[in-house]
Amino acid sequence: MTATKEPLGQKVQKQVSDLVDKTQGSQAWNSIFRPGSIFRKGYTDSPRNRSYVIMNSVLYHLHPVKVKRHAVKVSYTLCLGGLSFFLFILLTVTGIFLMFFYTPSAAAAWEDIYSLQTAVTFGLLVRNMHRWAAHLMVLSVFLHMARVFYHGAYKAPREFNWVIGVMLLQFTLLLSFTGYLLPWDQLALWAVTVGTNMMGYTPVFGEQVRFVLLGGVEIGTTTLLRWYVLHVLMLPFVTVIFMAIHFWRVRKDGGISGPL
Amino acid sequence: MTEIPEHLRKRAEEARKKAEAAAGGGDAAADAPAASSDAPAGDSEAASKIPAHLLERSKAAKAAKSSTEVATAGTATAVAAAPAVAAAPVATGPGGHTQRLLTVVKSGSIQDVKSVPQDKVHVWPHLLVAEFVAAGVITAFTLIFSIFVNAPLLELANFNETPNPSKAPWYFLGLQELLTMFHPMVAGVTIPGMGLILLVLAPYIDKNPSNKPEDRKFAISLMTIHLMCWAVLVIIGSFFRGPGFNFVFPWEAGLFFEL
Repeated sequence: MTATKEPLGQKVQKQVSDLVDKTQGSQAWNSIFRPGSIFRKGYTDSPRNRSYVIMNSVLYHLHPVKVKRHAVKVSYTLCLGGLSFFLFILLTVTGIFLMFFYTPSAAAAWEDIYSLQTAVTFGLLVRNMHRWAAHLMVLSVFLHMARVFYHGAYKAPREFNWVIGVMLLQFTLLLSFTGYLLPWDQLALWAVTVGTNMMGYTPVFGEQVRFVLLGGVEIGTTTLLRWYVLHVLMLPFVTVIFMAIHFWRVRKDGGISGPL
Repeated sequence: MTEIPEHLRKRAEEARKKAEAAAGGGDAAADAPAASSDAPAGDSEAASKIPAHLLERSKAAKAAKSSTEVATAGTATAVAAAPAVAAAPVATGPGGHTQRLLTVVKSGSIQDVKSVPQDKVHVWPHLLVAEFVAAGVITAFTLIFSIFVNAPLLELANFNETPNPSKAPWYFLGLQELLTMFHPMVAGVTIPGMGLILLVLAPYIDKNPSNKPEDRKFAISLMTIHLMCWAVLVIIGSFFRGPGFNFVFPWEAGLFFEL
């Protein structure tokens, strides 16, 4: 019995490996995976392939091929900048999911969130993730700023990148704050009332600032639409542009700072 | 024995004759190599700055060498004369060297070394692995936290019912806390505005080029004081403010805080 099975097993194994070889050797496969991809035939861990992994990937080529040895120490950066960026991506993904179920009008917003939580598969989970990731992002951006300050990383030649970073901190706060109104519950309404009342005290043109932000003298449907567009489109758009400049400048200014 | 080109051999011969003439000439054939090697040493003795004791020592060594050569020449003239004649054209320098050092060129004068080489590592795998792990950990944390803790959804917004207390999102509670102390324009606009402007200008105000903590005690203390003040304000606003935004202890009055 075993005598008949073993050759069969070997035969199957050989056919599978032949198939893999054929697939990996095909034109289609090689057109999809560029040199340096681990899915390529005969990938080996060589300095050349290590460079190709970074250079030939649209996702990874934000990085240089090589970095200073101290720059990869987790104890130096605490991953805070990277985590802020990753949380932004996580928020984009979960946010797109939420957009499918949300109407930015005072009459429908709360009902939409409620039915998202009760009637949509994974609706509650994704909303929870969006909310907690948003709070985490505010925290991580803030801590990233503190880390950069304590390492003196804002000094020449990185002064301007620090300025960009402070702008990004503000965009993060604004993104979080505009999102706060969208569930249209008591928490949202009154938190935003407190916040926008404060902005109304801007000297000289405080009333106008408040009017533009609220789309009226009081919070209402126009405010909701306004903040929705700010939250899902305008602020992310501006933030992405500033992030691009921020990351690009990190490389142009000679990689991350340090060692101390 | 290596082959010596004709013109070099001629030049060496001429040099040797000149040296012999300078040394007084008319010596025995067996003495020739000793004289030729002695003469340049005598020249350089005057010109160079070699310490006197070293010169004494080399002279003594040469004298000993030539005396043994003379002794061997005395016992077997034919045998001793042959290598002496063969060696003569080779002895172009003081030590019998056939090459000369023309010049020493330091590396910096032809190669422009712009920066010191840095210790670098490949981003893959050294950095990417750390990033993957960090991203995975934060995703797992958010996911697990979201499974167990629900985001708040209070009742439908109602303009006629003001919750008591009404609080801003947590990151603005420091500002709301300032409202209890200052005029709204100062608390809501002036102080945060000044703070932001100072934050933006920090790299242009701080002229200290060092990034070492021991060199920047003032900057670090200033930032720490501000961050601590801010954190304290946020914590008081979040947990120690109850109905009417009055000061309460959370362990007595309960929590008035929603994320």
